[in-house]
Amino acid sequence: MSTRDWLLDDSPATLTQANLGRAWRMFTALMRNPLAVAGMIIILLLLATALFAPWIAPESPVGQNLQARLLPPSADHWMGTDELGRDIFSRVVYGSRITLMIVALVAVISAPLGLIIGAVAGYFGGWVDRILMGLTDVFLSLPKLILALAFVAALGPGIENAIIAIAITAWPAYARIARAETLTFRNAEYIQAVRLVGGSHGRIIFRHVLPLCTSSMIVRVTLDMAGIILTAAGLGFLGLGAQPPLPEWGAMISRGRTFILDQWWVATMPGFAIILVSLGFCFLGDGLRDVLDPKQGGAK
Amino acid sequence: MATDTTLAVRAGRRARGLGGFVVVTLLTFLGLLAITFFIGRVVPIDPVLSVVGDRATQAQYDAARIAMGLDRPMIVQFLDYVWSVAQGDLGRSISTNRPVAEDLARVFPATLEMATLGIIIGVVLGVPVGVWAATRRGEWVDQVMRVFALLGYSVPAFWLGLVGLAVFYAGLGWVAGPGRLDIFYEGLVPARTNVMLIDAAIAGDWTVFWNALSHLVLPASILGFFSLAYIARMTRSFMLDQLGQEFITTARVKGVPEWRVIWSHGFKPIRVPLITVIGLSYAALLEGSVMIETVFSWPGIGNYLTVALLNADMNAVLGSTLVIGSVFILINKVSDVLYRVLDPRSR
Repeated sequence: MSTRDWLLDDSPATLTQANLGRAWRMFTALMRNPLAVAGMIIILLLLATALFAPWIAPESPVGQNLQARLLPPSADHWMGTDELGRDIFSRVVYGSRITLMIVALVAVISAPLGLIIGAVAGYFGGWVDRILMGLTDVFLSLPKLILALAFVAALGPGIENAIIAIAITAWPAYARIARAETLTFRNAEYIQAVRLVGGSHGRIIFRHVLPLCTSSMIVRVTLDMAGIILTAAGLGFLGLGAQPPLPEWGAMISRGRTFILDQWWVATMPGFAIILVSLGFCFLGDGLRDVLDPKQGGAK
Repeated sequence: MATDTTLAVRAGRRARGLGGFVVVTLLTFLGLLAITFFIGRVVPIDPVLSVVGDRATQAQYDAARIAMGLDRPMIVQFLDYVWSVAQGDLGRSISTNRPVAEDLARVFPATLEMATLGIIIGVVLGVPVGVWAATRRGEWVDQVMRVFALLGYSVPAFWLGLVGLAVFYAGLGWVAGPGRLDIFYEGLVPARTNVMLIDAAIAGDWTVFWNALSHLVLPASILGFFSLAYIARMTRSFMLDQLGQEFITTARVKGVPEWRVIWSHGFKPIRVPLITVIGLSYAALLEGSVMIETVFSWPGIGNYLTVALLNADMNAVLGSTLVIGSVFILINKVSDVLYRVLDPRSR
């Protein structure tokens, strides 16, 4: 029996086998979607770039060389140099680390927060639901970027505060999804069964409700990644996110603004990196939605 | 007689629906106020310090603390805040030294002008493109549109603005540069509405009008691109739903011309959900204009907000947040109501 047959076995012997089998089926379905494959390649590229930045970047991202200021793209400097003679390609490469850190932290903070709030609201219902969802709706009805800007203004500029501000504006969408999912199976028989054998509310929510919300959550988080990257870059562009000399892409575009008419490469090159990575997440999210969430296929 | 009672019942139901709607809207506004209050008074480690600066003496600090009412209980402070906002008092800006409400009334028309032209571009191009893509599902038009729409989610607005300036202003010279008018046209027409195109048209000064339009067209098109991407995508998906219905097949079998099938049978039912989509993207444009205005030095609310952010001018920041948030909520709710009024099924 080959590994593939073992994975696709209709009557798996163990839980691990069933889980691996399901993962394998999803993976093959995803592989049939060309855009999703493109998205996955882009994201793998981003991960590799972030991981191996010191070996990929030809120069230091912060080392200045005032003799080589504002050089156009050439064989030596693929993306040219900026106003302090720093190699833009090297800065873009190191910038991938910052972008990756921002999206990962925002996802790690906001997705579980939204999940728990939504699941608690949906599971308990009644006034708990009304209060939590009222709060969620207020946040949802406000413009995200403006809210994030106001939070950063109060917290003070900086990359940590930017991450907190974006996370604060990102959770409500996840809470909505988690609540909707929870409502569909809160009265299911297997939940009743757990309750009958004496499972506590906490145990039911964490062990039996939340795991079922994860697949739609993964789709949503992936689709939101592009938005998170754009917001983070926007904060950086306004000087409220990552501070110099950090090679954050949005902040780099902001520095290049002064030279946009004569030395166009300073501002445009980091922009291409932002577009590529955001597109990657969009493609992958679209593909994941088709695979994990067939009922929503084609909508949006 | 029977119809009278049904009508009365229906009217009663609608009134109750409207009452519920007003309550929900008011609660949402209260929530917005709670958030801005929270950001202004709770999040900063020391709100007094952010007003007086760190070189103030202890006496000045204490005076400011009492003047700001920070010695009172939090709930009293909040109610006080709600009361003053309800009276149109948003505090004083430390950078312009004028009441924030006055500043906002002055800059808001500029943003409105840009966002309105943006949404017009988005609707006029987005709806036909979406319908077209739906009728050519899977063909190249559809594929191109899909990539185009995804680009709308992936391109930073400020970057596109910079590139647009470099290409169309510096490179090709097709449009005017940043700002609302060339410097020598400044102040030629009396500011009646603060919407430059309307002011110039009222004054009958067409040189100023064309100059203003030439300044406006690039930022508005860039804003329009983002709403176009969203509107086209939504139109396509609504249209696909309709075209798959049986009455469309029936119409085709009856021999109705294809353009009539698409525009009359297919498009008419989706006009109502499209209104919601357009409302949402109009609200999103007001948000998107923050970035665009910064790039184009457009003297609107977005620019005002970013300048205030950089000066840590909290009253101005919170006032702008409040105004943009309120407009956002209002547009959302109005499109919600329009949907309910126009959709015969929800009556």
